[in-house]
Amino acid sequence: MTYILKPQLHHPNLPKNGLGFTRRDYEGSVSTLCAGCGHDSISAGIIQACFELELPPHRVAKLSGIGCSSKTPDYFLGASHGFNTVHGRMPSVLTGANLANRDLIYLGVSGDGDSASIGLGQFAHAIRRGVNMLYIVENNGVYGLTKGQFSATSDRGSKSKKGVVNHDTGIDMVGLALQMGATFVARSFSGDKDQLVPLIKAGLAHKGAAFIDCISPCVQFNNHNGSTKSFDYVREHNEAVNRLDMITPRDPITVGYQPGETVKVQQHDGSILALHKLAELYNPTNRAQALGYLQARQARGQIVTGLLFVDPEAGDLHDAVGTVDTPLNQLNEAELVPGQSALDRINQALR
Amino acid sequence: MADAPRINDFVVKFANVNGSGSASANGLFARSVMRMGVPVAARNIFPSNIQGLPTWYEVRITEAGYMGRRGGVDLMVAMNPQTWDRDLAEIESGGFLLYDSTKPLSRTREDIQVIGVPLTAMCNDAYELPRERQLFKNTIYVGALAALLNIDLGVIDALLADDFAGKDRLIKANVEALRMGHDYVVQNLTPLPLQVRQADAVGDRIYVEGNNAAALGAVYGGATVCAWYPITPSTSLAEAFTSYCQDLRVEPETGKARYAIIQGEDEIASIGMVVGAGWNGCRAFTATSGPGVSLMTEFIGLSYFAEIPAVIFDVQRGGPSTGMPTRTQQADLLAAAYSGHGDTKHPMLLPADPGECFEMGAQAFDLADRLQTTIFVMLDLDIGMNEWLTEPFKWDDTRRLDRGKVMTAAELEAGADFGRYKEVDGDGIPYRTYPGTHPSKGGYFTRGTSRNPYARYSEEGAVYVDNMERLLRKFETAKTLVPAPILRPAKGKTTEGVLYFGSTAPAMHEALEMLEGQGLRLNALRVRGFPFPDEVFDFIAAHDTVYVVEQNRDAQFRTLVVTEGDVDPGKLVPVLHYDGTPITARFIAGAIGQRMQVGQSEAAE
Repeated sequence: MTYILKPQLHHPNLPKNGLGFTRRDYEGSVSTLCAGCGHDSISAGIIQACFELELPPHRVAKLSGIGCSSKTPDYFLGASHGFNTVHGRMPSVLTGANLANRDLIYLGVSGDGDSASIGLGQFAHAIRRGVNMLYIVENNGVYGLTKGQFSATSDRGSKSKKGVVNHDTGIDMVGLALQMGATFVARSFSGDKDQLVPLIKAGLAHKGAAFIDCISPCVQFNNHNGSTKSFDYVREHNEAVNRLDMITPRDPITVGYQPGETVKVQQHDGSILALHKLAELYNPTNRAQALGYLQARQARGQIVTGLLFVDPEAGDLHDAVGTVDTPLNQLNEAELVPGQSALDRINQALR
Repeated sequence: MADAPRINDFVVKFANVNGSGSASANGLFARSVMRMGVPVAARNIFPSNIQGLPTWYEVRITEAGYMGRRGGVDLMVAMNPQTWDRDLAEIESGGFLLYDSTKPLSRTREDIQVIGVPLTAMCNDAYELPRERQLFKNTIYVGALAALLNIDLGVIDALLADDFAGKDRLIKANVEALRMGHDYVVQNLTPLPLQVRQADAVGDRIYVEGNNAAALGAVYGGATVCAWYPITPSTSLAEAFTSYCQDLRVEPETGKARYAIIQGEDEIASIGMVVGAGWNGCRAFTATSGPGVSLMTEFIGLSYFAEIPAVIFDVQRGGPSTGMPTRTQQADLLAAAYSGHGDTKHPMLLPADPGECFEMGAQAFDLADRLQTTIFVMLDLDIGMNEWLTEPFKWDDTRRLDRGKVMTAAELEAGADFGRYKEVDGDGIPYRTYPGTHPSKGGYFTRGTSRNPYARYSEEGAVYVDNMERLLRKFETAKTLVPAPILRPAKGKTTEGVLYFGSTAPAMHEALEMLEGQGLRLNALRVRGFPFPDEVFDFIAAHDTVYVVEQNRDAQFRTLVVTEGDVDPGKLVPVLHYDGTPITARFIAGAIGQRMQVGQSEAAE
């Protein structure tokens, strides 16, 4: 396999965003995933979201673990620094990177093998700490790169391509994220770009630990009858609780929904989440209710999608640690090295 | 005992039950001797336990300034009935035993002198509360020792006043308890022929643990991110870093922290955070011990290949996870030097005392940035958790942090050809950029090895080999950057030498004097860094036999020397101490002396 650069020539009439970037400026190298892979749709969604949010591409740091999903950060935001870390350990690397420079935007991309099995602990602890990030799990219920083993998010009773029935309970990443204190939790489907793009935008703008569980069918190993992560199964069982419009402080507010059907939530950065209710009783600002609703629907075999929980007033790890406003990697020597006079005092106390 | 008194040269050992409050009283004793101008070398020998198990504190009083453990005990303060027999056995013939004579003496020895002070009875008379009876018993025996050994009570009073400044009631209670023990001895016993006499041999030295010193070194080295997971004997390093940062690293205008310290969920997460912070341009470290290094191995390998700066303080102990967590060893050398999978090797710094823990603790961050790799600072429990008398910390205020080869936005803008893994200067070290530096230049995707000099994906064999060769050149460069070894030449010509490192140093220096006294001469080279600078191999080549003294079973340091220098193993004679106690001069002089004498008599035949 070789690295494939996309042609640098742009059509002169490509639309530009407020920063003068075209959508192409948010792309990366050509994907090497299988044709039709759900992950490529998510990469496209990330590109679209960053373009629409008018993020300077180099101000995003993208980190991943190991697996098909973790290869994707090479395929978007080519001008950003990226880090393909070790299996299941992206959350800790992202945490350290975030501590070093609080001014960048952190995007963690992982899969169900990477985050629900080997990395379950790190996933839980990064969420617990409230690391300011958007963490996307590209969830296909299967190990793709090693050719078709069940992952820990495979539902009990679902069948592998070879016909083996999974007898272990599937881990619900959304439920786990809610329990671990994530302050933005969503589920979406790689086949529903209209739902996914606003969720990615809102998650990137969110301060605190934002998590999107994005079901992303594996066309090679988990798109057959008996799979609960196939395109057909997800379309049939998808129950969206809301539709999100992400309104940045720059945008004119033109929401077309009928009054009473829309809940507006303002985040720290001024962005407004306009949530058009599809499930009448669903309240996305109540964690306990969200958990109950999800479990009840899951028991009925439904896959609940949409923005499931948001705490717009959330803080992050830097608030908890009380770090200075200047990114730690930009502190100068005078701020870091106390000098001989402080040593004299310390020496005296040790005699 | 008609012998002349031994002045300022003997060993006192305290046998206690842990959790009984003895540590502060024993520390008070050691510091009072130091305040009289007499150096001490004190060591805690403690269990992996919070309350109820045996613990010892050994104080070597040494005007000559021998900082190593001597071995043997001249005065045993036997406060733990559980360990009575072994404590009794450890006393040198002609030595002394101080015990609580409230209960009758069980077993003793003919060749030692026993001194009884009815500590429990005195406490029961003086105090009502059980906790007071327990705590003040310790202070009472310190008072008794002061009278027996002729330590100035005023010196102890002054220490108490410092320790409990602002707590007058505590000062008064302790001063009274001290007098109680002192007066009992004056009225009922006679001073021992072991005496402390005012001297001027301490100078301006400080008394500090290596972990504390290394943590301060990290502050001076500009570390801002510390991620760690509790593990004995490294925990106090992260804790000391925390308290130094609270003192020295707070933004005055806002009270906010110029540092971030995270207790990870495990060692893997801790090193992951360090690697993430290092990738993003911070100086970051973790502190751990052998079991932690095992867990961190995958990340350490990634840091080697992805060329990310990281610092690991490895405070070594006896392995494995259920091993001897409170006993000292130098047994992580191979695990650290070659940690990772694939072909990996990592620089190590080998401090010999808390002073070097401070210096190397700071230097490690310059080396990590300069070499863009993981740097190990190899302490051990003996240096890390015991207070050592060491030269005061010094810092050159004109010294600047070396951030290594970092390409700036201006350089990128000016058209510099940036290849993250490209050889530029012939030293194997490429340039890096911090994430977010420039809108369109300098971004790259960080991976292990499957990439070309421009960090683009490649699995081609020739590209891989080229990169691996460059990493070897970088390791060669590291030889010139790690601290150079220090030669301690023999007083005359000799064909025999000795290599040693780390906490073995003080015992080694004393052993060299003992051997010299027997007419046995050795040139000695203290190694301070890995990869080994050329001087190490020149030293081996210049001698017929080289002893290698270390504190592990498998001669790990010797293995490193043989492997890295292609040295004839037959030339290197291992001298190994690995029972978990700090190595002694007696052990080294005994092991080397015996071999040298055999060699000399064989030569004579």
